Amino acid sequence: MVNKSQRHLKEMSYAKYGYLFALPFIIAFLLFTLYPTIYTIVLAFTDAHGVGNETKFLEEPFGNFTKILHNQTFITCVKNTVVIWILNFIPQITLAMVLTAWFTARRVTIKGQGFFKVMFYMPNIITAATVALLFNALFQYPKSPVNEILVALHLRSSYYNFFINKTASRLLVAFIQFWIWYGNTMIVLISGVLGISPDIYEAADIDGASGRQIFFRITLPNLKTVLLYTLVTSLIGGLNVFDIPKLLNKGGPDMATSTASVFIYDKAFTGKQLYAQAAAASIFMFIVIALCSALLFYIMRDKDAIELEKLKKQARKEKLKGGGFS
Amino acid sequence: MSKVSSRGGSFAFKIFQYFVCILLTVMSLFPFVVMIVNATRSSSQIQQHSISLIPSHYLFSNLEFLKTKTFHPLISFRNSAIISVSATALAVYFSTLTAYSIVAYDWKVKKAFFTVIMAVLMLPATVYSIGFYQFMYKIGLNNNFAALILPSIAAPATVFFMRQYMIPSLPMEIVQSARIDGAGEFRIFNQIVLPLCKPAMATQAIFIFVSQWNNLFMPMILLSDKEKWTMPMMVSQLSGDAYKTEYGAVYLGLLLTVLPIFVVYFLLSKYIIAGVALGGVKE
Repeated sequence: MVNKSQRHLKEMSYAKYGYLFALPFIIAFLLFTLYPTIYTIVLAFTDAHGVGNETKFLEEPFGNFTKILHNQTFITCVKNTVVIWILNFIPQITLAMVLTAWFTARRVTIKGQGFFKVMFYMPNIITAATVALLFNALFQYPKSPVNEILVALHLRSSYYNFFINKTASRLLVAFIQFWIWYGNTMIVLISGVLGISPDIYEAADIDGASGRQIFFRITLPNLKTVLLYTLVTSLIGGLNVFDIPKLLNKGGPDMATSTASVFIYDKAFTGKQLYAQAAAASIFMFIVIALCSALLFYIMRDKDAIELEKLKKQARKEKLKGGGFS
Repeated sequence: MSKVSSRGGSFAFKIFQYFVCILLTVMSLFPFVVMIVNATRSSSQIQQHSISLIPSHYLFSNLEFLKTKTFHPLISFRNSAIISVSATALAVYFSTLTAYSIVAYDWKVKKAFFTVIMAVLMLPATVYSIGFYQFMYKIGLNNNFAALILPSIAAPATVFFMRQYMIPSLPMEIVQSARIDGAGEFRIFNQIVLPLCKPAMATQAIFIFVSQWNNLFMPMILLSDKEKWTMPMMVSQLSGDAYKTEYGAVYLGLLLTVLPIFVVYFLLSKYIIAGVALGGVKE
């Protein structure tokens, strides 16, 4: 008993260090993240614009939000963002899955995996601004490396101008995003597969399961958490994509590759500097992101684990009811 | 019979696997090979044939051209280095300190604190950028590197990672015995805990450094003074009219901006890949 209270006393005296060591983080977080977030929300209800102008609250509180949601340009930008993300994510996750299946297959191993991983991941680490301008140079019209290859391989009879066609431009932005991210996704998925208990695979081997069965019946279900993580991070990143569309072709042609972030940037920091509307747009995007993440977590939640918890609870209850003999 | 045919099938499949992997490798390398070779070629050479595998000898004349224009790689290189190194140091040190406060001590609101960290783990900067800019403008920190460096004291993702690392691998017995020897708590952290966390800190340092180095959005909002521009902002110059026909110089400018990243990547690729794998399984 004495021992316990002594330990308690000790912990009490040490607790202050817990606060003390977390303090720099807390101050920086309040100052540079929380306060700006609240400030952005407040600005969304004002008429803030330009530098040095007086700011007052709108008479109609949700004025900026209605303006933004009726703004054809903003709606186009949100649509572009979603389209570009889907066009990039579906091939990205598919290829990453296929490569994961190959790289983790236990019967047929691929040699040089370390080398391939280094190669596939490389685009992810290169400055996105540089990547955007590099692809701009590679796809130029008329003469450019890609155009010359297309003609040399007889895939096209003449040079193609990627930057004046809306669909081609969107596909190009999506392709660059895909090119940057599939290696990252693959490595994350591989580490997820390597985290699955080898016992399950051994059991499957003994039962004579085929490679395909093992992938769809064991690997995929066990990868659910990691897949959810990939999906959510990719979605959040995708809804905020800025560097590539902004620099590849300045969001063009005709706004075809302008994303929500490009819209927010242009509204706030170019031309009339309409901070209030930009703030409303970013709050709207934040709500979309939060809702999507919540929905994904809900869909992908582990139903089996929840069932198991319920059963355990029930069992415990019944045990209590049955009397405390054991 | 069936065994032979299945072996033949798996052989063809294997060829196919390698074919895909090599194709993807080419896809990763192609843009950079074109960039490196074309950085050494003159604009008229590039205009005639935009791809070549043979380097030419115009590297220095391209460099001379770059110098005469508004593209100043050295200044932006210095700026990016100052920001990235300071931000990385602050983020790694204070995240480890914060993680230690969660792991080593029992304080009342610890759980709530950690929940907040989890909730804002993926909060994108675009969400609060408008308020952040206005705030910085009001206190006169726009055009000041501090506005880009100080926020990294609060890096939720790094705190989360460091906590995950510390829980299984930080022996509290050592901390206890240091206490008995009379060492102060802050000294224990700096002299015992920090060295023990080095591997995890190194992994995080690489990622924070790279993401800081590549960051375009925040610097673009905050830094209007051209002397303060960072590397990615300087790169965006190359899309300007002054470089419309100077293909060789543009490729060289791009090469200069990625050179440090290439060096870091090929020296540390093993750790980087391992780090990506570690960060992925956040459970």
